[in-house]
Amino acid sequence: MSEVVKKFLYLNRKAPYGTIYAWESLEVVLIGAAFDQEVRLMFIDDGVYQLVKGQDTSEIGMKNFSPTYRTLGDYEVKRIYVDKDSLAVRGLTKEDLVEIPWEDWETEEEIENIVEVVDAARIAELMDESDVIFSF
Amino acid sequence: MPIEVDGKILETDEEGYLANINDWVPGVAEVMAKEDDLELTDEHWDIINFLREYYEEYQIAPAVRVLTKAVGKKLGKEKGNSKYLYGLFPYGPAKQACRYAGLPKPTGCV
Repeated sequence: MSEVVKKFLYLNRKAPYGTIYAWESLEVVLIGAAFDQEVRLMFIDDGVYQLVKGQDTSEIGMKNFSPTYRTLGDYEVKRIYVDKDSLAVRGLTKEDLVEIPWEDWETEEEIENIVEVVDAARIAELMDESDVIFSF
Repeated sequence: MPIEVDGKILETDEEGYLANINDWVPGVAEVMAKEDDLELTDEHWDIINFLREYYEEYQIAPAVRVLTKAVGKKLGKEKGNSKYLYGLFPYGPAKQACRYAGLPKPTGCV
C-alpha cells in the first residue's frame, strides 16, 4: 500500500431521503475507510439534514440509516464538518445534530464528538487543502 | 437457497444471507452452522449476539476491521484480534458471523 496519505473530502449536499445520494455517499465512505487515507466529511446545503438526530422514516418506507453516521468514528473518519450558514438558514443548531465519537484504539486518545460547525472561510480552506473531493 | 428453521422456510440471498432480518431466530445460526459443519459454542454466540446488538444500534453490519476493534473494546482485548475471531469463524468473522446473526453482508467486505 502506498505510504502517501491523501486527504479525501466527501462533500454531502443533499437531503437524506428522496434521492440515493446520501446513502451512496455513506456507503462509499464506509467501504473506502479500508484504504488508510485521511477521510473527512462535509455537510452543506440540504446535506446538513443527514446528521439531524431523531429521524423517523417509518412513513416513507425507507430504511433509517441515520444511526449509521454514529459509527463513522469506528471507520476511522476523524473529522466531520458542517456548514454554519446552511444550518442557520434551516433553523438548525449544533444541538440538533448527532454526536459522533472517535477513539484511537491503540493510544486510547479520544474525541468526544468529531462533528464541527465551521464558517464559509474554513469550508473554502478545507476544500482547498483536500487532495480528492467526492461530491454527492 | 431457502433454509428451514423450526419448520419454517426462510428466504436467503444468493450468498446465503437472510433475505429478511426480522426472520431471525437463534435456530437460524444453528442451521447455518450445521451446514458449515461447525458446532456453535458460547464463544460463537458472544460474537453473534454482539453483532446483533451492533446492528440494532448502528443499522449496519460492521466490516471485519471494525468488528475486531469493537469486540476488543466490548469483550476484551484477548478476543479483539483476527486470530481469535478466525478461529471461531474460519470463513471470515464478519461475513460468516453476520450471516449466522441474520444480518446483511457487511458493508466494506468484498
